[in-house]
Amino acid sequence: MRDSWPTIHFTINGQACAVQAPPLKRLLDVLREDLHLTGTKEGCGEGECGSCSVRMNGELVNSCLVPVLQAEGAVVETVEGLATNGKLHPIQQAFLNCGGAQCGICTPGMLMAAAQLIDRNPHPTMAQIREGLAGNLCRCTGFIRIFESVLAAATQTPEPAPEETPNAR
Amino acid sequence: MRGNAEAHDLIAPGSLPAVLDLLASAPGEWTPIAGGTELMVAFAAGRLGAQKLVNLWGIPDLRFIQATSSSFVIGACTTFLDLRAHVELAAEFPLIAKSASWIGSIANQSRATLGGNLANGSPAADSSPALLVYDAEIEMVSKRGSRRIPYAEFHTGYKQNGMAPDELLFAIHLSRRFRNHRHYLRKVGTRRAMAISKVALAATALLKNGAVSEIRLAAASLAPYPMRLFKTEAALLGQPINKETMLAAGRTLLAEAQPIDDIRSTADYRRRVAANLLQEFLLELAAEGVSR
Repeated sequence: MRDSWPTIHFTINGQACAVQAPPLKRLLDVLREDLHLTGTKEGCGEGECGSCSVRMNGELVNSCLVPVLQAEGAVVETVEGLATNGKLHPIQQAFLNCGGAQCGICTPGMLMAAAQLIDRNPHPTMAQIREGLAGNLCRCTGFIRIFESVLAAATQTPEPAPEETPNAR
Repeated sequence: MRGNAEAHDLIAPGSLPAVLDLLASAPGEWTPIAGGTELMVAFAAGRLGAQKLVNLWGIPDLRFIQATSSSFVIGACTTFLDLRAHVELAAEFPLIAKSASWIGSIANQSRATLGGNLANGSPAADSSPALLVYDAEIEMVSKRGSRRIPYAEFHTGYKQNGMAPDELLFAIHLSRRFRNHRHYLRKVGTRRAMAISKVALAATALLKNGAVSEIRLAAASLAPYPMRLFKTEAALLGQPINKETMLAAGRTLLAEAQPIDDIRSTADYRRRVAANLLQEFLLELAAEGVSR
């Protein structure tokens, strides 16, 4: 359709980058294929499951629904940017402690949605956690341990020791 | 089949006048895209017909909420999170914020725009019933100028609207005269988030001396496009809220609704639930009439 594709400039996890790509290419595909940031997953590819959640200019977005041209000049944050200097983000630590991840496909999106929620509302109620994560589907955990992870990260209360956690809920 | 990004072009003129110039230069050739929550779904599935797209996301002239003493003007590219966050608007037009909170998820509300919801024109559009019962007006703009029409006249058929090929949906106007009305909105879907309506009903009303002195009713998923229920309104206007009025209004609604069977529900279910929602609203209204 064109002789050459435009070069799109944006910031990814604090670093400036430039990508030459078809302008309608999904941000999700640019992240995974051009920038090799494969932490962001594709689930449904239609904005229903939240696996591809990233932050763009401080808002949670489904990267499968963002044409990369719209990321021009934007600040984009992915799951790879959550940990700083080798130290896990509190929400990542809480997922580890509370068993918030199983197969892991939904986890990067869950982490981004949860991080966004806690940024905006440091002490969410369970209802607010459920709303904040309503666009992120998990087919393993049954959600309860994910919600508990977010609650633990938010309240900074001690997480239950593994032996106190029932095997099945 | 997956969409192929190389088969589409997307350009970003960067300003409203530049977009309008482009639309005027080749009417109908360019498809506007804002938050992409509709068009990018079609693209990913390989069913995006539009080859040439023009970007509206990030144009400040289209993303604003302006309050005057008599109205709110909402730019077409205002997102549903923007609408939820506007305290003054949410207090005075609670159904707008309520419907915005039901749209998809946070990650959809951060991108999906009010103008996009209307221009897309789904019969199930979440924001439409609320806008209809607030007598919203739609402002369209082109290089030729701008014009305003009642939102109730905007949709003309299934995913059809009255915009000319060189026009862009510019803003939604709300007149600030609903402070004392009773507001009602209920959506019935499979879950609270991420669900497309099986049916939704909105209403605004005033009671005077025990009778209905003003009434507006609108529904999603009861017709090929979101619509005002003028006949049902007529059955209620001037009437006291009693059993006879409720039965008559329910019968009128059942006749006025034109729902279909589809993947999300059946016509029968939609009719029945719509009548139940109307009854719920009228009972609330009657209770309020007694308490005043």
